[in-house]
Amino acid sequence: MTDFVQNCIDGLMFGSGYALLALGFTLVFGVMKRLNLSFGPSIMLGAYVGTWVYLNISDNTWLVALVTVIATITVGAYVERLCFRAIRRDATIASMVSSFAIWMQLEEIAMHLLPERTYPFPAFFTTTTLEFGPFYARSEHITMLLLTLALLILLHAFLFRTRLGLALRTVSDNPLASAYMGINGSNILFLAFALVSVLGGLAGFLILSADSQVTPFFGLWATFKGLIAMMLGGMGSLPGAILGGLLLGVVEANAFWYGGPVIRDLSAYLLLFVMLIVRPGGLIGQRIVAEQRAADERV
Amino acid sequence: MLKVENIVTRYGAIEALKGLSLDARHGEVTCLLGPNGAGKTTTMFSIAGILNPHSGSITLDGNDLTNQSAPSIVRKGIALVPENRLVFPEMSVTDNLYAGAYCRSRSERQAIDDDLAEIFERFPRLKERRAQIGGTLSGGEQQMLAIGRALMARPKILMMDEPSLGLAPMVVEEIFSFIHQLNQEGVTILLVEQNAHMALKVAHKIYLLEQGKVTFNGSPEDMQQDEMIHRAYLGVGSS
Repeated sequence: MTDFVQNCIDGLMFGSGYALLALGFTLVFGVMKRLNLSFGPSIMLGAYVGTWVYLNISDNTWLVALVTVIATITVGAYVERLCFRAIRRDATIASMVSSFAIWMQLEEIAMHLLPERTYPFPAFFTTTTLEFGPFYARSEHITMLLLTLALLILLHAFLFRTRLGLALRTVSDNPLASAYMGINGSNILFLAFALVSVLGGLAGFLILSADSQVTPFFGLWATFKGLIAMMLGGMGSLPGAILGGLLLGVVEANAFWYGGPVIRDLSAYLLLFVMLIVRPGGLIGQRIVAEQRAADERV
Repeated sequence: MLKVENIVTRYGAIEALKGLSLDARHGEVTCLLGPNGAGKTTTMFSIAGILNPHSGSITLDGNDLTNQSAPSIVRKGIALVPENRLVFPEMSVTDNLYAGAYCRSRSERQAIDDDLAEIFERFPRLKERRAQIGGTLSGGEQQMLAIGRALMARPKILMMDEPSLGLAPMVVEEIFSFIHQLNQEGVTILLVEQNAHMALKVAHKIYLLEQGKVTFNGSPEDMQQDEMIHRAYLGVGSS
């Protein structure tokens, strides 16, 4: 039992990283109704630029964090131009496929920037293990969890309390009508992408500094975990992304403890499989799916 | 007030407006009538900056609006109530209304809130449903919401694209009495309609459009007197 609780604590900590990635996916999906497969690789390239600065210029962790976030925003803007702005809004498959093509390109650039496979990534925190009775937690993981929750609250406030947030919701809800209101859709979409890139850069930095290394496979990993977490929670839902991420973390931690690393990865796909059969809309998305169906029937 | 001169608007190779001119005078209801495909909606889109006319000019109180972007045209005082209403289905009634005021400056916050209160007063049913999401309203309520949303921009001219479309006759009466009331309060309105009977009751000036051109313009009385037009648009024996 103690093991199980400890696994769940670990899972929540890992899961908060997944949740941050899922937040990025879900925001883009919610606003654009399109999938950005390059999200993970953009973060990876951002982190590579960060590592490059760390190895060649300065070992100031704050600077590396800043560079990682800025580089991720730049790469995000590049992806937005090529895969989203340049392609008609209703051509969802074209956007997805081109974001996959850009993914390959980004990995190639990262490997040319730093040709070896694995690079160290600066740790933000000196690791201290905190004890709560019989349970343990690493300080950097607790920071990550708290930061994820703080970002969720900030994002929610931005979307529902500010003028720009309102504009973003109108573009997501009915792009044509929002153009009639005089809202410049492409600027708003760019803003959404920038926001998502900041989230992604932060997530990447926190996850990698907890791992203290970065490889070119981080892009693939981040896209997989983020997508699975988003689908578990419900596509387009912010709280869903957080719940999905935490759920994925808890299931993986337990699977790892009882079954080993192979079972851990298997459990993620199994969980997704079961979720798609039992609740195809995800934990939170179900309501939205039902409402949409009702709205379609009304029309 | 709003002057459209000789505009040509194209969809690719197809010329939808072939040199169309019209005038909407201050404080009046100007109505565009015509069959499907005559270019009524295209005219509205050209004025609103959704489409850019190939040639010709559009001016509002002497300010040139030709080829300006939609946001700057909303800021200059032209708001659109689109065909099929197009409310934001997943957003609350209140947020729908706030979205209409997006182009007003931040310093007008107080005025925007006052206008919101005024619109709730005008449409009590929207007030009752202010927390409900737009998609759950009935057709008539959505039309009121779309009108309220356009009014939130404090427009000099309110353009309405087929406000009676798909609504029950009683609701249509209600919507048109709103239009009449708004006009009485001094709002200038440019109306596109297929329901000629209703349009004639509120309009001061009628433009008939056919195949991208104005084929008739005049007062509703003029239109009643013109035998052929009367027959084509209002049917025999009606008044």
